[in-house]
Amino acid sequence: MIRGKVHKFGKNIDTDAIIASKYANLSDPLELGKHCMENIDPDFGKRVDKGDIIVATTNFGCGSSREIAPMTIKGAGVAAVVAKSFARIFFRNAINTGLPLLECTEVVDATDPGDILEIDLSTGTVRNVTKNLTFSAVPYPEFVTELITAGGLVESVMKKMGREDKSPG
Amino acid sequence: MTLAEKILSAHAGRESVKVGEFVNVKVDMVMASDLTAHIAADQFERMGAKRPFDPKKVVFVMDHFFPNKDVAAAEQIKRLREFSKKHGLLFVEAIDGGIEHVYLPEKGLVLPGDVVVGADSHTCTYGALGAFATGMGSTDIAVAMVTGEIWMKVPPTIKFNYQGKLPPWVTGKDLILYTIGRITVDGALYAAMEFTGEAIEELSMDSRFTMANMAVEAGAKTGIVAADDKTKAYVAGRSTRPYRVYTTDSESDYASIIDYDVSKLEPQVALPHSPDNVRSISEVSDVRVDQVVIGSCTNGRLEDFEYAARVLRGKRVHPDIRCIVIPGSQEVYLAALQTGLIEVFARAGAIVGPPTCGPCVGGHMGILAAGERCASTTNRNFIGRMGSPRSEIYLVNPAVAAASAITGRLTDPKEVVDR
Repeated sequence: MIRGKVHKFGKNIDTDAIIASKYANLSDPLELGKHCMENIDPDFGKRVDKGDIIVATTNFGCGSSREIAPMTIKGAGVAAVVAKSFARIFFRNAINTGLPLLECTEVVDATDPGDILEIDLSTGTVRNVTKNLTFSAVPYPEFVTELITAGGLVESVMKKMGREDKSPG
Repeated sequence: MTLAEKILSAHAGRESVKVGEFVNVKVDMVMASDLTAHIAADQFERMGAKRPFDPKKVVFVMDHFFPNKDVAAAEQIKRLREFSKKHGLLFVEAIDGGIEHVYLPEKGLVLPGDVVVGADSHTCTYGALGAFATGMGSTDIAVAMVTGEIWMKVPPTIKFNYQGKLPPWVTGKDLILYTIGRITVDGALYAAMEFTGEAIEELSMDSRFTMANMAVEAGAKTGIVAADDKTKAYVAGRSTRPYRVYTTDSESDYASIIDYDVSKLEPQVALPHSPDNVRSISEVSDVRVDQVVIGSCTNGRLEDFEYAARVLRGKRVHPDIRCIVIPGSQEVYLAALQTGLIEVFARAGAIVGPPTCGPCVGGHMGILAAGERCASTTNRNFIGRMGSPRSEIYLVNPAVAAASAITGRLTDPKEVVDR
């Protein structure tokens, strides 16, 4: 169960906003996390507490393919992102780096900054504790769920490679 | 099926695919840059992979923070050079190099009908060749490097039909900016954009690359143009590898069709801070700028420089302006040198730099201070993209950029060029 305070953002939060490319040489998530949202909300890194939740409207994560974008959000301590929609490369990167994403228009509309959300990833249930409202997020496609269950893309490839190595010849 | 669906189907070893279906596709080329390849290399090693699926189908292009902008970039690139050598990958650096999305097509590394994945969002550029090309993160790219395959969700295809003959000084950049302005930055989310119609048939390959390049700015998975005689002429002499040309079967295969009459289109400008905040040049010609950048994976090709040189020939850059011209590759640089374009720029007071993504990505060679404005032929004008979060970027075509360099404000080229 994820439980945290909401930081709310608008539409089209791009990857340059999430982490400016001048930090692309960094690879420590905690270092990256200090610069999360720096271009649009310079104090975010200071304000955010471990386990907090980002809530945003449409097209969250648009822009570049930098995988450090979800790594940065995780590094800042954010436990999940709830949005009306996600940009597609960011969606893949979040799956690959283990950042939970939930797509749910109703939660976003009903939630204000500072509200407390509770998220059950196994059921996709999102509860706004502050307002005592419960919502269901759009489930991940079955293919993606299988990938996550397998431990992620890299792990599933490693398993396959392990099998191949044992094959004769 | 649409053109995009046919390519995915062929690479999935299937007779057909349906929109929304998840498929594993074989890839013909895997690409990463100095900004993304290090994480791919980390994951490659973490997987315990001994070799890439086919070293000749993996290319690392050093372009974002290249030439090395600081010690961190230098260390990263050094490591990638060693990694590439060890595994026999194509490693592109100074010699004969360039910006990835200019370099790969001009070296014949991408052909019609291919599936290409790259750890850069503008990988969709290669769709101009009638290939299915899309950007992904470094981990996905590492998996493609190791296995030669990657999962994809089959996107719906939206047909964009451009009717009419383009007016002078209106280019592929203006068509794509106009389109993004109309459909917004998530108007094609997860979809393939197929560009068709009279205006596209007339477009040069360079302008088609510009259009496909910015498909991601509308949220699209790829932008694609069916290969025609111009495409075939472009790839002839660049590669001897056989390729296949696919076309969409019928109008009913498209998820939707959008028609634009572009015969009266003006040059377009995307105002800060979003590529969909688009106006015609006549609406914004009072905006003063401090810097002009002509180059990038969007507009760093020879035709772009020809446009800019037609405007700058015999003129001088405004004394308050820094006009930075960046060829997209060494091949473009050499062609621009041989045709006298570089001299036109230098005499006009513009500076010509080495091929790099530098200023576009806020890396180096043209960073903006707080309060500064830049007219740029690049693809993104997000807050802080080119430097200070308090700077502003105006996305334009190369002729508008050049005209703006002369006057010091956003300018329609017809204002400064006779005839």
